[in-house]
Amino acid sequence: MNAAPATQVLGKDLIGLESLSAEQIRMILDTAEPFREISERAIKKVPVLRGKTIVNLFFEASTRTRISFEFAEKRLSADTVNIGSTGSSVQKGETLVDTARNLEAMRIDMVVIRHGSSGSAQFLGERIASNVINAGDGRHEHPTQALLDMLTIRDHRGRIDGLKVCIVGDVLHSRVARSNIWGLKKLGAEVAVCGPRTLMPINIEHFGVHYFNRIEEAIEWADVLNVLRLQLERMNAGFIPSLREYNRVFGVTRERIERAPRDLLILHPGPMNRGVEIDSDVADGPHSVILDQVTNGVAVRMAVLYLLAGGAPDRAEAAKGSDS
Amino acid sequence: MTEAHRELLMDERAVQRAIARMAHEIVERTQGVSDLSIIGIQRRGVQLAERVAAEIERVEGARPPVGTLDITLYRDDLTTIGPRPVLGETRLPEGGIDGRTLVIVDDVCYTGRTARAALDELADFGRPARIYLCVLIDRGGRELPIQPDIVGRRINAREDQVVEVLVPEIDGRTGVELITRGSNA
Repeated sequence: MNAAPATQVLGKDLIGLESLSAEQIRMILDTAEPFREISERAIKKVPVLRGKTIVNLFFEASTRTRISFEFAEKRLSADTVNIGSTGSSVQKGETLVDTARNLEAMRIDMVVIRHGSSGSAQFLGERIASNVINAGDGRHEHPTQALLDMLTIRDHRGRIDGLKVCIVGDVLHSRVARSNIWGLKKLGAEVAVCGPRTLMPINIEHFGVHYFNRIEEAIEWADVLNVLRLQLERMNAGFIPSLREYNRVFGVTRERIERAPRDLLILHPGPMNRGVEIDSDVADGPHSVILDQVTNGVAVRMAVLYLLAGGAPDRAEAAKGSDS
Repeated sequence: MTEAHRELLMDERAVQRAIARMAHEIVERTQGVSDLSIIGIQRRGVQLAERVAAEIERVEGARPPVGTLDITLYRDDLTTIGPRPVLGETRLPEGGIDGRTLVIVDDVCYTGRTARAALDELADFGRPARIYLCVLIDRGGRELPIQPDIVGRRINAREDQVVEVLVPEIDGRTGVELITRGSNA
């Protein structure tokens, strides 16, 4: 085998999809596909990140994303440490940068960060030498979630280009929505959003998306619905009158999707509020690919870790040709 | 910049003859195809493995199971040469590898690191009874104590030379070329 020129595919950090090119996004999805097979093996582990230390720095509660990252890291043979905000120095008032610098002093290689403040992942990436992966920062981006959504859509529809994807629900507070809008549009999808005006950013049109204020219209238009979780605390904050009211007006129900003119694909990033934004018979029904999303999540995160872990381009040049 | 110089080492007929001989050598060693499985290393080893299997079928009247292996994640040089973005498929031959006689097929044997990675990866999948290494070109330059068992052609390529095996599925034609890089290329 002769060496194909090694390239720095993603740069040092993965902060969001807004700053990636369509080619880079496709590269991650194409890389993720063969990684799925590793999770089907009897020994679900390959040695590619052996000796790398990865810190999962989760300042916000997360089960699925944290576990998905941890599986991805372990299946690539990395050593992992999990740090939450409770019971750590964060609670004692240490700043984000100090926490990260202390970790770096213990010689880590990567940080996966979830934080409540928009921009925190980039802030950290600019200040430490380790690779930084954004696992959700405030209302800004959640790139690996959008990547796994896109991989799932591509699996089931064979393409992203030309598809009509509608994001339903609380777009205002949703980093998943933002990452999906950036990523889907770059890959050539038409994107719409649907939900109460109170849960839409004021200038939603500036994102280059359609807006539907009726779920029925969205379902008639769309090939794919990505149904966002409605954070229950939004009700208390006055964004919606009640959960029951929300379900009545915007809920994705079987009755509604049965009227869809096309074979709908239904995604949900989880965790679901059954009976609020999505009904159980839709979530468990034939159009739902929600568990495929979870499976793809591990593969996408393995791909991102693998691509970021590669060497610097100058070293790559020097080592070229030392193959086989 | 001087142009890279390409020299034809084997044409299509020569490759076909070499594969036919390699297929014969394999079944001679394994005494038939009953326990035999073949594994092609991504990427060009996969096409060569298919052709070796077809040749064995012609001679023995039975086709051994064929699988594919991408060894990228078992390489020892990820941090020095950077990731290869898109991996090829890894698919074990039908019937698995436990207790089988495996023939690993690759296009070129150079440092031996690919074969080392393939052995490590196969060990994670099971325990074959015996593993043979079969390559179309042994170009010398080993960095590990690994030698191919069945070889199409042995040459002594210099460090500044590259051996390119061409297969129709990827390159549009069959052959082997020796490329000598220009002084500044």
